[in-house]
Amino acid sequence: MDTVKAPAQETILKGVAAAPGISIGPAYLYSKLIPHVVEKSITPDEVEGEITRLRNANARSEKELQKIHAFAEQKLGSQNARIFEAQIMMLADTILMGAIEKRIGKELKNAEFIVADEISKYKQVMLAAHDEYMRERARDVDDVMNRIIRNIQDQKLFSRLEGASIIVSESLAPSDTVIFSRNQVLGYATDLGGVTSHAAILARSLKIPAVVGLRSATKGIQTGDPIAIDGYAGLIIIHPSEETLQTLERKKERYREFEGRLVNIAGLSAETVDHKQIELSANIEFAAEIEFARTQGSAGIGLFRTESQLIGRASYPTEEEQYTAYREVADGVYPNSVIFRTFDVGGDKISPDTEHEANPFLGWRGIRVLLDRPALFLDQLRGILRASTRKNVRIMFPMVSTVQEIRRARELVATAKKELDARGLPYDPDIKVGIMIEVPSAAVLAEEMAAEADFLSIGTNDLIQYLLAVDRDNAAVAPLYQQFNPAVLRTIRHIIDAGHKKGVWVGMCGEMAGNPLATVLLVGLGIDELSVLPSVLPEIKKIILSIRYKEAKRVADKVLGMSTDQEIRDHLASIIKNKVPEIPIDE
Amino acid sequence: MIERTVTIVNRKGLHTRPAASLVKTAAKFQSELTIRKDNLEINGKSIIGVMTLAAEQGSTLVLQFDGPDEEEACRAMEDLFRRGFDEE
Repeated sequence: MDTVKAPAQETILKGVAAAPGISIGPAYLYSKLIPHVVEKSITPDEVEGEITRLRNANARSEKELQKIHAFAEQKLGSQNARIFEAQIMMLADTILMGAIEKRIGKELKNAEFIVADEISKYKQVMLAAHDEYMRERARDVDDVMNRIIRNIQDQKLFSRLEGASIIVSESLAPSDTVIFSRNQVLGYATDLGGVTSHAAILARSLKIPAVVGLRSATKGIQTGDPIAIDGYAGLIIIHPSEETLQTLERKKERYREFEGRLVNIAGLSAETVDHKQIELSANIEFAAEIEFARTQGSAGIGLFRTESQLIGRASYPTEEEQYTAYREVADGVYPNSVIFRTFDVGGDKISPDTEHEANPFLGWRGIRVLLDRPALFLDQLRGILRASTRKNVRIMFPMVSTVQEIRRARELVATAKKELDARGLPYDPDIKVGIMIEVPSAAVLAEEMAAEADFLSIGTNDLIQYLLAVDRDNAAVAPLYQQFNPAVLRTIRHIIDAGHKKGVWVGMCGEMAGNPLATVLLVGLGIDELSVLPSVLPEIKKIILSIRYKEAKRVADKVLGMSTDQEIRDHLASIIKNKVPEIPIDE
Repeated sequence: MIERTVTIVNRKGLHTRPAASLVKTAAKFQSELTIRKDNLEINGKSIIGVMTLAAEQGSTLVLQFDGPDEEEACRAMEDLFRRGFDEE
């Protein structure tokens, strides 16, 4: 019987706008892929092949998890990324894997069946604990198990996701973040979650529209349904009408135009209307980010976090391993420059050595670790130096608090050069060596520091936390973490002036550098370089291009006379609204 | 073979990070480590095993060391438990 289907009724779901943007496309209902495991008998001849499949699957699973872990760490912070460490440890559990391999040989069953059977035993014990924490661990165990099985069966994670889709799911677990790294995701709609959920944070950083807290999206939407997502208004429209689509297309076009204007400035250098040049560069930690930083219009890499070389490792990488990694970065950035910050381990950062400290932020970290471990430090310095032959590499030391530390570190740079000379290996003999100013003592002594360094880069995250005695990860005091506290601003002014007095350039690579509210002020204070997240770079450049240095100086003078964070924020916000109204300011 | 009964003193119990330190410490020694809690017995060198213990603050575990360096292993492990796995 032929039936003429009536056009489906347009339905609008209201959620929470979590990441801006508009997309229209087919829905893809995402639920965790549970691999199907069949019990199969194998012959003794097949045991070896089965074990090889298992080992290969483990290696692939580990690679995936390392990638997710690095990604999560970068986007969500190391605290949130920790759960992947547990999963990586499970993969490396030699007792567990040994037991599985032994059972394959003894019971003559296929690898995935034994994996499922063996790991499920642990999962059952955890689920029996009737405790929320243990149930979550059971989910981790489940995740790891499914990942191994999927890799044994050699399925690709999202083989079923064909073409660009809007992902609809109940919630987004951190381990689902991998789907965000794929280009086919047009948008993200979840039943649960708020603006601070993982989904929201990730979607924003990747510029994918997202609406969360929709409650029943997974019930009302089926894979293939045409839907539209409006990440500005927090709406999902199922079976959108022609009229709705046109409205959305117009809205999308308006925004695209604005974003397009931002991209148009990618090729311009960051210069004020009255021709004051600011070096606007990007903070990255992986060579893979260079391309994005470039398309966003960066003038180079102002901070390359070398700690990325330590991810998932039990020991420090060798000089050779580091050289290879740094060479890739230096070549990728050329003809622009890259500043390699030597390992900033300790505090909240990863370290292959597990040393316990009562107060890690005041403890053994940054340059302190490196100076106490000259062999490790020299390995890294030689690795960086060898990558500097095209003269586009600079070195920066973190966490410097005394003048002696710079002197000692520079001596080690000289030693590293001599060692390379002895081996006949080339490097840039004039390589510039600078320091981060992130400890109050270094800020107070900025002039003395500048006399010993080729450049200074202000690390605002730690500087603010140390200066104001506020742990910003502690919710009880978080409101006291104020970027625009007058004490912070006066310290920044002091550092910039001190650097200039000694004839060295002063940059900033902390979060404040990427805060659009701070740009006019920092330019007015005379900052020479700003290094920011690639995603915010166009906005910061747009502000620099729209202002006059002369006016910025007046703004800085005025703001430095104010006495509270709020007063200063209000004033700076009014200037942005006035001068660059298209820049969205979070108030 | 040495057997010791230990108590979990850190507030959050034997969660992921302490479990990792326990396994790492056990792995430094040749001796086998078996951990018993209630009816459960697991290999102390296996992270997934240690994670299933779900040992909260105040719970007791029986540690059994067996091998050429069992005394050193036992001392190191008792010390780790006493320090509350260096948590908080």
